[in-house]
Amino acid sequence: MKPLEARLVRATQAGLPLVARPYAALASDLDVDEAQVIATLRDMLADGRIRRIGAVPNHYALGYRANAMTVWDVPDAAVDELGRAVGALPFVTHCYRRPRRLPGWPYNLFAMVHGKDRGEAACKIREIESVLGAHARAHDVLYSTRILKKTGLRIA
Amino acid sequence: MDELDRAIVNQLQGGFPLGERPFLEAAAALGVTENGLLERLSDLLERGVLTRFGPLFDAEKLGGQFSLCAMSVPAQDFERVAALVNAHPEVAHNYEREHRFNMWFVVAAAEVRTVLDAIERETGYPVMDLPREAEYFIGLRLAA
Repeated sequence: MKPLEARLVRATQAGLPLVARPYAALASDLDVDEAQVIATLRDMLADGRIRRIGAVPNHYALGYRANAMTVWDVPDAAVDELGRAVGALPFVTHCYRRPRRLPGWPYNLFAMVHGKDRGEAACKIREIESVLGAHARAHDVLYSTRILKKTGLRIA
Repeated sequence: MDELDRAIVNQLQGGFPLGERPFLEAAAALGVTENGLLERLSDLLERGVLTRFGPLFDAEKLGGQFSLCAMSVPAQDFERVAALVNAHPEVAHNYEREHRFNMWFVVAAAEVRTVLDAIERETGYPVMDLPREAEYFIGLRLAA
């Protein structure tokens, strides 16, 4: 990471300044030009180091009380294709392949599902089941019951 | 939440402009004034509807390591272990879940293993480390 990129990451981790010219305010804090700040953010968006810029909502505040991590054991040869299919479902907010840890943890595909209640989440989980069909050899659903810590990532 | 709150949450989860007056541009699309949008955003942040407003970084692409970790902790020891895990600044979030593996947290660090070794030493319980190997969707757009 270039020095200005690292400084911008630190300066914006808590969010953008809520002023009419937020990039100018950042530039003034970092002692650079507004145009440099904008160009740097644009580069980082283009290569994916910034996923997006905007509002990060709180699930619970939006009424999503049922937050389910669904985990699936699917064949390695099919996991990428199946992961893309599950990730394309409109209600799946994260979808990852992760390593199995045998014997206690046989699951290699993770999909996060949020519902207003567990009934709504369960309907969505059934849709994932129907996408995976016979490829899903086993699955489990882990509902969150409490947030123990949520500080956001501290990077750089 | 009124209509404008919903519109802000639904339309501003990404694509915030990179011009000199980004709030002015975003406000025009929402049919409000620049000041109206700024006030509403600070209100949404204050009420906890939004946790942040700004760039969302991909920690792994910025360098360093990043992993999802799980522990299986007996109920009578849960609070003690949660406090020890949370005390590490590298632990970004930590959730209690209904499962034999009942504690799930994310670690972002230059060397994840070093942090996990410390947690195992301090708590006396093993940590299951599940780094992502592939990502199939990065949406996280919740409808309000």
